[in-house]
Amino acid sequence: MNIVNILEEIEKVDGEIYERLNPRRKAMKDFFSMGSKIALSAMPFALGSMFNKAYGQAMPSTVIEVLQYALTLEHFEYNFYLRANAATALPIPAGDQRNAIVMIRDSEKKHVDFLKTVLTQLNQTPVAEKTTYDFTAGGTFPDIFTNYGTFLAVAQAIEDTGVRAYKGRAGELKGEKVVLTAALGIHAVEARHAAKIRYMRRMNGAMDAFNGPVKPWIAGSTDKFNDLGVPAADGNYGGTVKENNVNQAGVVITNLAGIGGNIPYSAAAEAFDEPLTKAEVLALVAPFGVS
Amino acid sequence: MENSTIKNQEASLSAGEFLEKKVQRRSFLRYAGAGAAGVVLVAAGCKQSNYNPDDPENGFGPGISLGTGDVAILNYAYALEQLEAAFYTQVIATPFTGMTAVETSLLKDIRDHEIAHREFFKAAIAANGGTPIKNLTVDFSSINFSSRASVLGTAKAFEDLGVSAYDGAGYLLQNATFLLLAGKIVSVEARHAALIREMLETNSFLGDQVDSSSVNISRTPAQVLAIAAPFIKTKIDPSTIPA
Repeated sequence: MNIVNILEEIEKVDGEIYERLNPRRKAMKDFFSMGSKIALSAMPFALGSMFNKAYGQAMPSTVIEVLQYALTLEHFEYNFYLRANAATALPIPAGDQRNAIVMIRDSEKKHVDFLKTVLTQLNQTPVAEKTTYDFTAGGTFPDIFTNYGTFLAVAQAIEDTGVRAYKGRAGELKGEKVVLTAALGIHAVEARHAAKIRYMRRMNGAMDAFNGPVKPWIAGSTDKFNDLGVPAADGNYGGTVKENNVNQAGVVITNLAGIGGNIPYSAAAEAFDEPLTKAEVLALVAPFGVS
Repeated sequence: MENSTIKNQEASLSAGEFLEKKVQRRSFLRYAGAGAAGVVLVAAGCKQSNYNPDDPENGFGPGISLGTGDVAILNYAYALEQLEAAFYTQVIATPFTGMTAVETSLLKDIRDHEIAHREFFKAAIAANGGTPIKNLTVDFSSINFSSRASVLGTAKAFEDLGVSAYDGAGYLLQNATFLLLAGKIVSVEARHAALIREMLETNSFLGDQVDSSSVNISRTPAQVLAIAAPFIKTKIDPSTIPA
């Protein structure tokens, strides 16, 4: 007999037990039993109303702030692909590659809409997109919308950075069943985008900083953390914890047994993506006119 | 012949359908197997046997314990990484017919990532005062390792399952360090999933794994373990995973 069993027994007699003990838990219970009955497209609305029920006016400000931060970055990503698809001078090959860039644009748009809806339902004003993005990053990438290779390389850095940005804020959403799960779900989709862009570059013959074909995951070695190999992207793959890190919570991965010896450094670095702090990410996107 | 047709059909199913189909088959086999075991005992003239009906290796009884609290979640992840690492180790040991050099290179990388994840959890659980679960016995009898469609279809299902598992269990973690580590691993699993999907079908990197807001689907530990069960002979007791 444990506490859950006891509660379930009581619930048979007192249907309001969860509410009496913890109103938030009851609201979540309602939300998830409702989930199966509503269309997925209605989810953001349900999410908001569920929060209002659970927290009233006491919605944690950290959660709001992380959602606004996420929206700030999603606005930027969506506008990047929107502009790229509209750029007549950008030679995206028709067919599979054009379709992929359109798919990613639409995916980012859905993230924007999702976050806007959730924030609105929480009685917050969603941060607005900028009208002044500079995708050349102050002239660092002058051919961003005329050179397909440049465009894909910058897309890779942006997607990898997006993955790192979400990861860096996950701890602040600890225990938040609905928001953390949604944020992790977007985080995983950004990683799918990143892998797709990297694989497209590989198929187009692009090489990484190790003079090998670009990998779908972020490669690293003892002395290289930026597998894109473009110095302008050092910050995207560096930071407090760089992408060639192999020490995970005190466990040194290269000291562990692999096949035919210890796990090689390359695999140890690739197997874990690393976070970026909010300050690191905002400094990286500032040259693009994101704030 | 008929067998390979079934495998090809399975490769075209979504992750959930693919694995759930196997669950049904496994459930049947489990009952059939129970009958067979009984027959063997009877045939042996009810001689004293070492057969223990509660042995988790026999798929009966409550199963092995994952521990409690965050350790239970880490052991749950450790179980999934054991499954994935064992799978890719076999994939590289017995390459499917026509595996290209590029495919070998990418699949070998994935194998090494999964081994890194597996060994990391084993070390981290022990370092944090928990007891890592034993080495699981896997059951890959339903996979045709000589068939590209069977191998990549299974890889797709495992990777998509892994992503949904980490995403669905993140909120259960109480320790922020462990949550961050789950985040570090899940994005790599998502990269694997996207690649395997692209190897099977161009532009399927999201496919049916996202909802209408382009948010990756998530699954509860109970859902994940039920889907993985046909591939793991050792029975796992999910009851101590926090909810």
